[in-house]
This record gives sequence, structure tokens and C-alpha cells, in this order.
Amino acid sequence: MTPMFRKIAFSLVGLLLLIVSGLSFYESRHLKEPVAVSDGLTTVVRLSTYFSALEGTANDCNLYVFEGKEPGATICILGGTHPEEPAGRLAAWLFAENAVMSKGKLIVVLSANRSGTTVTRVGGAYPPDFTIATAWGGQTFRLGDRWSNPLDQWPDPEVYIHYPSGQELAYVDIRNLNRCWPGRPNGTLTERTTFAFMEMIRKEKVDIVIDLHEAELQYPVISTIVAHEKGQELAVMASMMLTDMEGFKMGMEFSPKSLHGLSHREIGDYSDAISLLFEAPEPFLDATRGRTTREQLLTGKDDFVVKAGKHGLLFEKIDEKGWPIDVRVGRHTSAVLQVMAGWTEEHPDKPLVCENVPRYAEVIAKGTGAFLHAPARVRLDRLFNE
Amino acid sequence: MEVIITIIYYCLVGFVSALLIYNLVKTKEWQKEILTIIVLIPFVLRLFMLK
Repeated sequence: MTPMFRKIAFSLVGLLLLIVSGLSFYESRHLKEPVAVSDGLTTVVRLSTYFSALEGTANDCNLYVFEGKEPGATICILGGTHPEEPAGRLAAWLFAENAVMSKGKLIVVLSANRSGTTVTRVGGAYPPDFTIATAWGGQTFRLGDRWSNPLDQWPDPEVYIHYPSGQELAYVDIRNLNRCWPGRPNGTLTERTTFAFMEMIRKEKVDIVIDLHEAELQYPVISTIVAHEKGQELAVMASMMLTDMEGFKMGMEFSPKSLHGLSHREIGDYSDAISLLFEAPEPFLDATRGRTTREQLLTGKDDFVVKAGKHGLLFEKIDEKGWPIDVRVGRHTSAVLQVMAGWTEEHPDKPLVCENVPRYAEVIAKGTGAFLHAPARVRLDRLFNE
Repeated sequence: MEVIITIIYYCLVGFVSALLIYNLVKTKEWQKEILTIIVLIPFVLRLFMLK
């Protein structure tokens, strides 16, 4: 074989690898996620409606608005702040596809950091996507990452100095939506995104913002509601009711005043809204996990994390049953509905009544997929893509 | 500023890619040819903004 022929042969193999990997990355970044929105939908607006500089960027996400027949308060659910915490996103998805508001207004966000849904953890061996089984075949979602895609926001600084507090945070958190609140109009993409959300919260006079998350079992803030001081009573009531009535433990913690950039702190400080953050357990995120697979993500089963628990290294229980996605999603839907009920009890003149969204026991019994609707069977004006 | 840094970065990526292709053409050892191609792939992916 002549050297030139050999070089061409090697180059062709390299080109093949390039095409295969390039296509995989492209498809992962551009995978369409259908949303078959509930008939209770009033309108869909883009986030750039509230801050035009976001138009045309990866983070110009959809806001699904559901208005009740009777007036009331306004609540906003943020899913996808950290896309690799899928129960938060899926719970918001169940609201978007099923909710009918009879009193008050609901704003649902499925991809708060849409850029973060288009990338996975570098070196983390994350699967690019996962599929929720449904009666009509299953729906595939992008897995995403905790941070905005470096293709959309780059470069990272040596140290991230949070605006406006001046607090020093880890450099990579300049791409973490939940370290960039309240944002600024001339900041990075992630800061502009939180600024746009703040504009929306202020202009729509949102009363409650709920940011849905998941946490590793080795993290102390888990299975809990983190509440801004304005929402303490509401969070305590929801925590008590969930633990007593629905059979799962839900704690309540105060938002630290000196820890900046987080939604539960800054939304409450920079708007009139009550800000709450919910955490569900996700063994997939634990550093001591075994193989990082789709199955592990959805079943929440992991022998290594169980072993870590036996050594007293965890802040939440885990056994061989794991933490299935339906349990995690159900915790979130019930917690949101409980907050609405608690709010309505405290503010009967400004109620929030949401119907048709499954609670914890129902999600576990039927599965998350039972509440996702076949895109092929919905009217075109009810079909959107994330 | 961010845009300027990004442009400089992509120019650098393009320059290194060109150097790697030059090395691929010039080298006479087959092991180095394979090595160069493996190193080149992520540079090209980044150049096309795929990863």
C-alpha cells in the first residue's frame, strides 16, 4: 500500500467517524420534543416577549399560559432550570398537557434553560436522551445538563462574580440558570434569560414562582421545599399536608439570605412574588453512582448509592426499589397542587384552582406516560415543540 | 468582548486544524497518521459548532 493511498484510507475512516459523531451531536441538540397542550390553554408566548434581546437565542423558550374562567392569583412553574433533573421538567410537562385552571392563572415553562437541554455533561457519560413509555409508543426527551451549552455561552471566567451581590461563585456556574438570578439585561445569555423571567414575573404580577428540581442523595437539601421568607407559611402548610395526607416526606427549609443567585432567594427579593424551590431525590446525580444509563435515570436504582446509604453517607433513604421517575414526578405535581390549595385557603379572594393534573398516588399507579398525550392525536393548534 | 474572544477562538481552532492536516500530509509513519486523524476529529466538530 502506498503512503498516499494509506493516508486517504485513514482519512476516510476518520471522516466516517466525524460524520457519525457529528450527526449524533446534531440530532441530540435539535431533537424535537412535542407538547400536546391541554384544552385549558389560553395562549403561548415566547420569553422574548418580555425582553426582546432574547429573541433568536437558544433560550427564547415557550411560556404556556392557562387562564381560569374566574379571576384569581397567578402562579408560574419553572421546569428545566436544570434539565438533567428530569422529574422537574416532566412534572411541568404534566401540567402543560393536562391542566385546566378554573380559578386564577397558570404559566408553565418546560425549558427554563433551553440551551442546557441541548448538551450533556462533558466527561459524564450521560445518555443524550431518555424515553417515557406511553400507551402510544413513548415520548423521547433530551436529557440535557445543569449548565447552558458552551456553544451558546462562552468563554467561562476564572471566577464567576454574581450580579448584583458581588458574591464569588464557581466559574462554571456563570452558565447555571439557578445561580444567575435576578440577571441583567447586558449580561451573559444565562443572565439575560433570568432577567427576562424577572421581567415576566414583574409584568404579569406573578404571585408564586415554583422552581422544580432534583438532587443527589448525598446533598443535604433534598425532599424539601426551599422557601423565601415571604413563602414560609405557605411552604410549611404544604410540607405538613403532603407528609400527612399523601404519604411522602416533604421537608421545608429557609432560603439562606447570604447565598445568592438562586431562584428561591432572588425572585423573592427582586419581585413581589413568593419564590419556592422543590427538590426530589435523583440517584442518577450521585457521584458514587454506578453506570450512568437511561435505565438508572428512570428507575432510580443503583447498588453503589444503596451501599453509600448503608455507610451513612446519604441525606435521603434508598433501597433496592430505588427512586423511580413516577415517584419523583408525582411528588412534584402533588406539591405544586398543594401549594395552590394552601394559597387559596389563605387568599380566598385570589384563588388558584387547577383541575385535571394527577397527584402523587395517581402518577405512581398509572405512570407518567399515561398523562402524556399522543402528538398525532391532538389538534394542530394544541401541538408545540420544545 | 465575548464575540471577539469567540472569533479569536475559532480562528485558533481553524489554525490548529490546518496544522494537523499539514502534519497528516507530511508524516511518513502510519501511527502518527492515525493519531493525527483522531486528534483532528474534535477540532473539526468544534469548528462546525457541533460539540
